[in-house]
Amino acid sequence: MAETTYVEAIRQGIWEEMERDDTVFVMGEDVAVYGGAFKITKGMLERFGELRVVDTPLAESGIVGAGTGAAINGLRPILEMQFADFMACGFDQITNFAAKCRYRWGQAIPMVIRAPAGGNIHGGPFHSQNVEMPYVHTPGLKVVQPSTAYDAKGLIKAAVRDDDPVIFLEHKYLYRSVKEELPTQDYTVPIGEAGVRREGSDISIITYGWMVHVALEAAENAAEEGISVEVLDLRTLVPLDRQAILDTAKKTNKVVLLHEDTLTGGLGGELAGIISEYAFDYLDGPLVRIAAPDTPVPFSETLERAFLPSVEDVVAKVRWLHRF
Amino acid sequence: MSTPAVAHLQAKFDRDLCERFHYYMLLMRELEDRIENKLYRQGKVVGGCYTGRGQEAIPVGSAILSRPGDWLTPSHRDMAALLIRGITPEEILAQYMGRATGLTKGRDGNMHMGCAERHCVPIISSIGASIPIAGGLAFAMRYRGESNVVFNYSGDGASSRGDWHEGLNMAAVMNLPIVYLCNNNLFAYSTPLDKQMKIADIADRVAGYGIPSEIVNGNDVLAIYEASKRGVEHARAGKGPYFIECKTFRMSGHSAHDPADYVPNQVREEWSRKDPILMLQKYMVENLGADEQDFVDMRKRVLDKISDAVEWALEQPFPDPATLEDDVYAPA
Ligand SMILES: Cc1ncc(C[n+]2csc(CCOP(=O)(O)OP(=O)(O)O)c2C)c(N)n1
Ligand SMILES: [Mg+2]
Repeated sequence: MAETTYVEAIRQGIWEEMERDDTVFVMGEDVAVYGGAFKITKGMLERFGELRVVDTPLAESGIVGAGTGAAINGLRPILEMQFADFMACGFDQITNFAAKCRYRWGQAIPMVIRAPAGGNIHGGPFHSQNVEMPYVHTPGLKVVQPSTAYDAKGLIKAAVRDDDPVIFLEHKYLYRSVKEELPTQDYTVPIGEAGVRREGSDISIITYGWMVHVALEAAENAAEEGISVEVLDLRTLVPLDRQAILDTAKKTNKVVLLHEDTLTGGLGGELAGIISEYAFDYLDGPLVRIAAPDTPVPFSETLERAFLPSVEDVVAKVRWLHRF
Repeated sequence: MSTPAVAHLQAKFDRDLCERFHYYMLLMRELEDRIENKLYRQGKVVGGCYTGRGQEAIPVGSAILSRPGDWLTPSHRDMAALLIRGITPEEILAQYMGRATGLTKGRDGNMHMGCAERHCVPIISSIGASIPIAGGLAFAMRYRGESNVVFNYSGDGASSRGDWHEGLNMAAVMNLPIVYLCNNNLFAYSTPLDKQMKIADIADRVAGYGIPSEIVNGNDVLAIYEASKRGVEHARAGKGPYFIECKTFRMSGHSAHDPADYVPNQVREEWSRKDPILMLQKYMVENLGADEQDFVDMRKRVLDKISDAVEWALEQPFPDPATLEDDVYAPA
C-alpha cells in the first residue's frame, strides 16, 4: 500500500472533514485557486466550491476575526496562516477574542488555525519560528503539533471536531520528510494524549514536533552505548498529558526536555515545573533542557545548524545525564 | 402648535414608532445615568464605566430594524441595541455589578456583554476588533443563503486600527451583508478628530474600499432610521456592505472617571442644544400631538422600571470562587 506524507495526511484529514460536515470550510491567503502555499488545500476549490474554499485579502487579523465570527454564527472554520510567524498579525483576535468567548459568554468557537511552523528549511527569522508559547500561555486555546503523518491526519480531524479554538502547528520540515501507511477507515487522534514513540528504561526524552525524530535518532545512537532511552511525543501542548509526562519520569527517573523552540520561556521550563512538583522523589538526576538558544532563527546554513538542537547535542546530554 | 389630528396624518413617522424610539432612548439614557452617576459613585458598580449619553439615537434608529436572524456587534456606547434585542435592565445591571446572573457571570464587566440567543456579540476591549468579526458573522449568513444582515457599531477612533481596515476591505471584496454604524463623536478618549485623521469624514476612508456610504446627523433618530433602512435593504438584497457615518457627540467623559476637561466649552454647549432625546420630543410635539405630560409619564415609567431592576440586581449573588476555572474549555 502507498505511503502518505505528512502534508498529504493533513490534506486528507481536512478533505474528509469537509465531506462529513458541510459547516466546515477553509479560508486564508492563496488557499483556493492556488491551493495554499504548501498545497494543503489543493483541489478543494474544485470539489467544494468557492463558498467553502475562500481566498482572502492579505489580512491575518481580518482572517482570524472572520473565522471567529463565522464560528459564532454556526460554522466550523479552518483558517490557514500562510506561515506561523504571521499569526502575530492576528494575535489580538486569537488571544483576546477567540480564546475568551467561552469563558466570557459561553460561546463556543469551534475553529482551527493551521500554521506551518518550525525551521530546518533555511527560512530565516520570519519563516522558521516556533511560535507555540504565547498560545500555550493563553487559556482558552488548545495547541497541537503532530510529528507523524498518522497523527497529522488524526489530529487535524480531532481539531475540526473540537468545540474550542485549536492552534494546529504543522512542522514544515516534516511535510514531505515523513510518511507512512495510513488506515483507510476514519480515525482521530485525541487532543490531550501524548504517545510513547520508543520504550526505554534509563532516560526519558519528552519532546514534540520535528524533535521527536531527532530524539529517536539520538535514542538509537545511545542504545549502541548501552543506554536505554524512552521517547515521549507530547503531540498536544495544551492540554498537556500530565499523566504520560509523570509516568515516564517515574519510570526512568531521568528526564531530558527537548524542543526546537528557544530556551527561555519555552515549554521545557513548564515541563520541568510539573515534574519537579509531582515526581520530585523519583528523580535521580537534574531535569535537563535542550532547546534552541535565545536568538532569532538565523538564515545561513551554518548558523541555522548551530541554532537547531541536533542529534549530537541530545546524545551528549543523554550521556551526561546517564552518569548520575 | 397645529392641531394634533391633522399633524398626525402628515407626519412621516407614526406615533407608535416614535414612541418606541423614545422609550429605548430614554431607557438607555436613564439606565446609564443610574449606573454612572449613582451606582458607580456609590461603589456598587466598579471598574470601567462607559456611557453613550448623547448617542442614543444611533443604536435605537438602527437596531430597531433588526430581525431575529440578524446579528449585532454593538460598541461600548450602544446599550440600547442590547435593550432592543430583549436584554433586560436586570441582566445589564447584574453584569455591571459583577453578579453571577449577569450576562458574563461576573467574568467580564461593563458593556462587555452580549448573548448568543439574542444574536449580540459582546465587544472585547481591543477597539476595532469587531469589524472582522462582523465579516465572519455575515460570511456564515451568505454561506447558508440567508437574507440576514449584521449591524456593526464602532467609533471614530476605531477607524485608525488595522482591524478596521482589514475588516472593511474583506467585507467589500467578499460582498458581505453588513451595515456599519460609525459613531463619529469627535473624540477617542481625549483625542480629538483632527489628531485622529487628516480628513473630516470617515466616509472618505470607506470610499477607498468601494463601500457605499452616507453621512447623517447622528443625533437625529429619524435620520438614522432612514439611513439604516437604506443600508439594510442594500445588504439584504445581496449588494454588499453599507456604511453610515453618524456625526454625534459624547455628552459624557470617556468613562465615569473622566471629567473631559479637554472638550472646549463651546463645543459642549453647542451639542447640548442637539440632545437627541429632546430632538425627538420636539418632533413628536410638533407632528404627532405629543405633549410634555406624555414625556413626564414615560420618564416615570422608565425610572420605576430601573429602580425595580436595581433592587433585583443588588440581591443577586456574586459568583462562587469555586467556579473560577470553569468554562475555559468545552466540557470533556
Ligand atoms: C486597541 C486599543 N487601544 C486602546 C484602547 C483604550 N481605549 C479605549 S476606548 C478608546 C477610544 C475609542 O475611541 P472611539 O473608537 O472613537 O470610540 P468612542 O469611545 O469615542 O465611542 C481608547 C483609546 C483600547 N481599548 N483598545
Ligand atoms: Mg469616538
